[in-house]
Amino acid sequence: MIGLLILGVYVAIFTVSFLVVRFFLRRSVQDYTSLKTVTFGDESAVTSNRIASIVSVATIFLIWGSFTGSDWVPGFLHAPGPFVGDTSFTYTLETEDGARDDATVSVRVFDFGETAEKFTVEEGEGIAKNDAVAMSASRSTTILFDRNDEVKRSEGARVVAIDGVEIGDSGSIKTAAGRFALTDKGAISFAPPRGLQMEPIWLPPPEAVVGRAIEISNEGYRDSTLWKHLGYSLFRVIAGFFFGALLGIPLGYAMGLSNWFRGWFEPIVEFMRPVPPLALIPLVIIWFGIGESGKIILLFLASLWIMAISARAGVSGVNISKVHAAYSLGASKFQIMRYVIMPNSLPEIFTGARVAMGVCWGTVVAAELVAASEGAGMMIMVASKFQLTDIVLMGIILIGVIGFAIDILMSKAENLLVPWKGRS
Amino acid sequence: MATLSIENISMRFDLPNGTHVQALKDVSLELQTGELLSVLGPSGCGKTTLLNIVAGFLAPTEGRIELNGHVVTGPNAERGMVFQQGALFEWMDVRGNVSFGPRMKGQTEPEWAGHVDHLLDVTGLGDFKDKAIYELSGGMQQRVALARCLANDPDVILMDEPLGALDALTREKMQGLVLKLWKETGKTIILITHSVEEAVLLGERLLVMAPRPGRIHKEYNLPFADMGVDADLREVKHAEGYADTREEILEMIWDMEEEIMGRTEDTQ
Ligand SMILES: Nc1ncnc2c1ncn2[C@@H]1O[C@H](COP(=O)(O)OP(=O)(O)O)[C@@H](O)[C@H]1O
Ligand SMILES: [Mg+2]
Repeated sequence: MIGLLILGVYVAIFTVSFLVVRFFLRRSVQDYTSLKTVTFGDESAVTSNRIASIVSVATIFLIWGSFTGSDWVPGFLHAPGPFVGDTSFTYTLETEDGARDDATVSVRVFDFGETAEKFTVEEGEGIAKNDAVAMSASRSTTILFDRNDEVKRSEGARVVAIDGVEIGDSGSIKTAAGRFALTDKGAISFAPPRGLQMEPIWLPPPEAVVGRAIEISNEGYRDSTLWKHLGYSLFRVIAGFFFGALLGIPLGYAMGLSNWFRGWFEPIVEFMRPVPPLALIPLVIIWFGIGESGKIILLFLASLWIMAISARAGVSGVNISKVHAAYSLGASKFQIMRYVIMPNSLPEIFTGARVAMGVCWGTVVAAELVAASEGAGMMIMVASKFQLTDIVLMGIILIGVIGFAIDILMSKAENLLVPWKGRS
Repeated sequence: MATLSIENISMRFDLPNGTHVQALKDVSLELQTGELLSVLGPSGCGKTTLLNIVAGFLAPTEGRIELNGHVVTGPNAERGMVFQQGALFEWMDVRGNVSFGPRMKGQTEPEWAGHVDHLLDVTGLGDFKDKAIYELSGGMQQRVALARCLANDPDVILMDEPLGALDALTREKMQGLVLKLWKETGKTIILITHSVEEAVLLGERLLVMAPRPGRIHKEYNLPFADMGVDADLREVKHAEGYADTREEILEMIWDMEEEIMGRTEDTQ
């Protein structure tokens, strides 16, 4: 239900912002693209719209804040929250011999994070006595209304109406106070209006996540600060990738240059390529344990095949004219290797490195989820066991941000080191 | 003394399906130092194969190549090669490409700089020394390929349709440059082209090859290359005999092409 509503809001913001930008913020810059009459299907005429990206990110935070009652989102944008405060209802008790009496139940609903403190009320007159109930927002509570009543349920008393509305044996009713139902044993089950906001235990508001991030980066979680956790994960990725490249690239070269090497390693590489690194985690844990070496070996394996295949492709992709030209210019085999084949394979190797870093980053998190004593994955795994959703969310966001940053760094390095890529 | 002699070259490619292609049959030729030979022929007649054999990239099934009295067994710096395109090293700038040969020989920059910079100026690349290869137009890239080959000071320069990918105007300019460099350096050049006009203009000697099996069909000795060295190439085209020679060769190649077409139709 809430899911559909959120989707609806999201689509509405998408559409409205598109229309607003389209009709009110006409393109004011005249660039070459604006002179094109054919832009549909022209890939070069499609660029990422900055405004759309900004609105997109803002929308996610807005919806997040709005449905969690965030302090960062103005109150009028909040989705209706759960009922908090004092409310009451009356129930009508009927005894076996048909006598009826009303009593009031005062309910005090405490906000998320507060403890529901018990309180008392005047019991009043009659067979049914008034009750006082303390509960937490967004929860339902079972009210044993007859504990102080003169006739108990065990003696044949039962609730027939709430706030004057008749209630059947198994039926449930809804009044201004909330939803009511009778349990199998005749107790009242009461749930005040839940509103549309998410409970922090499912989705904490953004400020809680940021607060957690600051707290953990200062004080740490599970014996390590946030930076240490992330640093461990990054170190494993870099170490695993380093060794994977160190062995994978020469292996790929050998496979690209020698029949024997290609024949020998092709079955192994082709077999290992489709095995997802995640499937290796159990075996690596059995063989190497959950320590540092096991993780680095896992990431080494994850990047090894990718680097070997890309290096092989880089060697095989060399235009034979370049090799011929180099021979005719008097280059030796070694010189051709060093000055032609190696640089020629760099673009492919960079593509492979980018893929490998992405795979390694995903794999390290997964491996830490399974078993680790520090690291980003371990942090969110442990936090999830204690239902610390804010840490889980923070971890996921940081993992995403770092993965994104790694990819950007790799592509910047690529532009710097192999500027001829895709241009020959 | 004959510098380059091509002696009874035959080349047979055995195909995986058991058949074979006779790419060249009994081709013989002698080239003197400083001669410019252009080679024409319908496509598939073995021009590239012949050039690859001379360059040493392919070993002929029969016959041998001799250069300055010794037998060619593989690629070597004495036989430079200019390819149509894609043979430049994108990871080096223009100067890096042109100085590749000398550097591979172990020369230091002071040793090669003078020669290389001179060649860059001669080929009109003086202002593009530090440019990356992918920043250059197709014509400029071929200038780099020429300069790179010359920087290595080979005895023979082999060119496989070096101007084939260029537009008509750039091509004309480059033809002038080839002639100029040929006269200045006195190199022996074999130039493969599919343009009859280019072959007639640039070839001091002209070889027309016939296909299936690839063989020498006819040879010409032409005066136009010498004329073109000091004159405008456009004027040479008005010289006596140019148009006739061109038409004659064009017709010859047309007939061969037609015969090939006929043969393919027969087999179908
Ligand atoms: N490596 C090879 N394997 C098999 N056949 C080849 C090979 N190289 C060339 N050929 C064949 O030899 C013939 C001559 O080719 P080529 O020398 O490229 O002709 P041209 O350069 O005159 O167009 C063609 O029929 C071609 O199919
Ligand atoms: Mg050819």
